[in-house]
Amino acid sequence: MDLFEYQARDLFEKHGIPVLAAGIATTPEQAHDAAVKIGGKVVVKAQVKVGGRGKAGGVKVAADASEAKEKASAILGMDIKGHTVRTVMIAQAAPIDSEYYLAILLDRSNRTFLVMASVSGGMDIEEVAHSAPEKLAKIPVDANVGITPSKAKEIIAAAAFPAEVAGQVEDVLLTLWKVFQSEDATLVEINPLVKTVDGKIIALDGKVTLDDNAGFRHPEHEALIDHAATNALEAAAKEKDLNYVKLDGQVGIIGNGAGLVMSTLDVVAYAGEKFGGVRPANFLDIGGGASAQVMADGLSIILGDKDVKSVFVNVFGGITACDAVANGIVQALELLGSIATKPIVVRLDGNNVIEGRAILKAAAHPLIEQVDTMDGAANRAAELAAK
Amino acid sequence: MSIFLNEKSVVIVQGMTGAEGTKHTKRMLASGTKVVGGVTPGKGGQSVEIDGHILPVFNTVSEAMSSTGANTSVVFVPPKFAKAAVIDAIDATMPLVVVITEGIPVHDSASFYAHAVNKGTTRIIGPNCPGLISPGKSNVGIIPADITGSGPIGLVSKSGTLTYQMMYELRDIGFSTAVGIGGDPVIGTTHIDCLRAFQDDPETKAIVMIGEIGGDAEERAATFINEYVTKPVVGYVAGFTAPEGKTMGHAGAIVSGSSGTAQAKKDALEAAGVKVGKTPSESAQLMRAILGR
Repeated sequence: MDLFEYQARDLFEKHGIPVLAAGIATTPEQAHDAAVKIGGKVVVKAQVKVGGRGKAGGVKVAADASEAKEKASAILGMDIKGHTVRTVMIAQAAPIDSEYYLAILLDRSNRTFLVMASVSGGMDIEEVAHSAPEKLAKIPVDANVGITPSKAKEIIAAAAFPAEVAGQVEDVLLTLWKVFQSEDATLVEINPLVKTVDGKIIALDGKVTLDDNAGFRHPEHEALIDHAATNALEAAAKEKDLNYVKLDGQVGIIGNGAGLVMSTLDVVAYAGEKFGGVRPANFLDIGGGASAQVMADGLSIILGDKDVKSVFVNVFGGITACDAVANGIVQALELLGSIATKPIVVRLDGNNVIEGRAILKAAAHPLIEQVDTMDGAANRAAELAAK
Repeated sequence: MSIFLNEKSVVIVQGMTGAEGTKHTKRMLASGTKVVGGVTPGKGGQSVEIDGHILPVFNTVSEAMSSTGANTSVVFVPPKFAKAAVIDAIDATMPLVVVITEGIPVHDSASFYAHAVNKGTTRIIGPNCPGLISPGKSNVGIIPADITGSGPIGLVSKSGTLTYQMMYELRDIGFSTAVGIGGDPVIGTTHIDCLRAFQDDPETKAIVMIGEIGGDAEERAATFINEYVTKPVVGYVAGFTAPEGKTMGHAGAIVSGSSGTAQAKKDALEAAGVKVGKTPSESAQLMRAILGR
C-alpha cells in the first residue's frame, strides 16, 4: 500500500524525523483554518499517489490563510494523471538552502535492502539517477543488521553530505531505518530532505510503501487505506476475500493461480486482436480450492461489471479436481439465478478433467459453452464479447 | 539424475500438524516421497498417523534431523510463525528448505534469506511457491504428482499453475525436475540457480523457463544463459496485458516504470537465444520441435 504524503509525514513525525507543521483539508474552508493555525506563509499541496504533481500545478505557495483558501479551491478536484485531488496538505513554508535525497527500499535484484542518498535532491532526482549516477550513492543494508551509526556514516561519506549537516543527517538515517523496519515498509523516501537557511535538516516531502503481507502485526495500518480511490467492484471482491483487479476490457476472467490468470489475460488480449481489440475486463484468481461458493462470489462480481460481455473460466486442475470445479460452476449458476445473463466459456484441464467436462455437459446450461484448449477458449470468449 | 531433489531425499514437514500440513503430507506420501516426521514447536514427542505411516513430531528441526536423518524440510507454517520456522531449519543446517507459505512479510523473508546466506549451509526454495518435483523420485510441496513422469525436460517457474499447465502440455515427454521458485519479491532460489543446476545435470536435455512481470530476474537469467547455458532453453513470460502499478496476485508481480515489463523480459530472453512462446501451448510446441517429439 502506497501512502499519501500527509500520511508519510505523520509516520515520520511519530518516529521523530523532523518535519514541518502541517494540516490537511478536503474543502477550501478547512484549508483556510489549517493555514490560520500554522500562521504565516504556507504551501498548499495536492495529495495524490502519483509523481509530477508539482509540474502539473498541484503545489502552490500562499502568503496567508485567505490565499491558501484560494489556492486550495483551485487544486481540490484537479485531475493529475488520472488521479482526482480529494485532499490537500497545508504545510508551513520553509526558506530552503539545499535539497537532498534519502531513501531505503527493498532491492529485489540483490534480495536485500538498499539505501540511496544524494546531495542533489528535489524534483529531478530521477534525472540525476539517470544522467549522473555517481551523484546517487547506493549502499546495501543487511536485513538483520540494519542502519547502525557506522553504516550511517558510510552512507553520509559516500553521498558527500557537507560536514555541517552530517550529525543531523545521521540522526535522520537512524530514525528512517526505524520507520522502515518497525512499520514493515518496502520503501521510505524523503525527497527533498532540506537544509533550511538557518541550517536545520527537515523532511519536506515523503513517500512510504507498506507491505500488505505484514498487516497482521499492524492493525493500525488499516486506517491508512484510501477507500475513496478503491474501485467499487474491487472493494466488493475484497470483502469476499477474492484476489480481483478491475481492468478496462470486455471479457471477464476467472482462473486459478496468479500466473495462469495473468497468462489468461494475455491469451485473451491476443485473441481479441482479431475481434476489434477485445480485451480482458479483470484479473480474478480464485486460488486452489474452487468451491461453489467461491465460484459464485467470483461470477457475481464479474457479472456485476457492466463492461463485461462474456466470461472465460480457465481452470487447470492441480490439487483441485475438475469435477469439483464443474460442480462449483453449476451450483454457482443456480445460486445466481437470473443475475447470470452473459455467455460463459469454460476450459477445464488436468486432474479429473473427463468427469468435470461430463458434469458441465450433463448440466446443459444455456450460458455455458466448453472449449478444450486455453487458446481455443480464449478465442471463443473474445468472439462472444465482440458480438 | 535430477536437481535439488532425488530418491535419497528424506523429508520432514514443518507445520505437519496443521490442516494444510496434514493434507499435503498425505499427498506427498502417496506420491512416494520419503516423509519421516514433522516439526511443531510445543508438540514434540507426539506422533501422527497418516495413511498407515506413524510420523513422529519434534519441537525443533535439529531434533528431527538427528532422529530421522532428514535432509529436506518443507514449511507449511502460517505467515506469522514462518520466519521462526525457517530460521530454526537454517540453524539446524538443513540442506534444503522449501517454503510453501504464502503471505510472509518481506522483512521476514529478507531476514531469513540473509541468515541463510551468512550460514552458507541451506538452500531455500520459495516462499510462496508450489515446491518442486523430480517425478518418480520425490515430490516436496503441493505440485500434483500424477501430471507426468520423469523425462529429459527441466522446468523452472515463478508460478504454480503455469508449472502444472506446462507439465501437462508436455506430459508425454516428461521432466527431470520441475521447480516452482515462487512469486514473492525475495525468494531463496532464483531462475539462475535452477538454470545452472539443469545445465550441470546430465539427465536434463532441455529447459523450460517460465517468468512473469516484475523485477529483473528474467533479464538477469538471460545474461546468465548467454554466459553459461549451452542446452536449449524455451521461455514463456506472463503479464503482457498487466497494467502498471497493479499487483496481480503474486506480491512480486507488479510493473513499475519501464523495467519489469513482459516485453522487456521477452526481448532479453530472445537476445540470449531463448525461444519464447506467446502462449503456454506455443512454448510447449517450441520445446517439441527442439526435442523432435
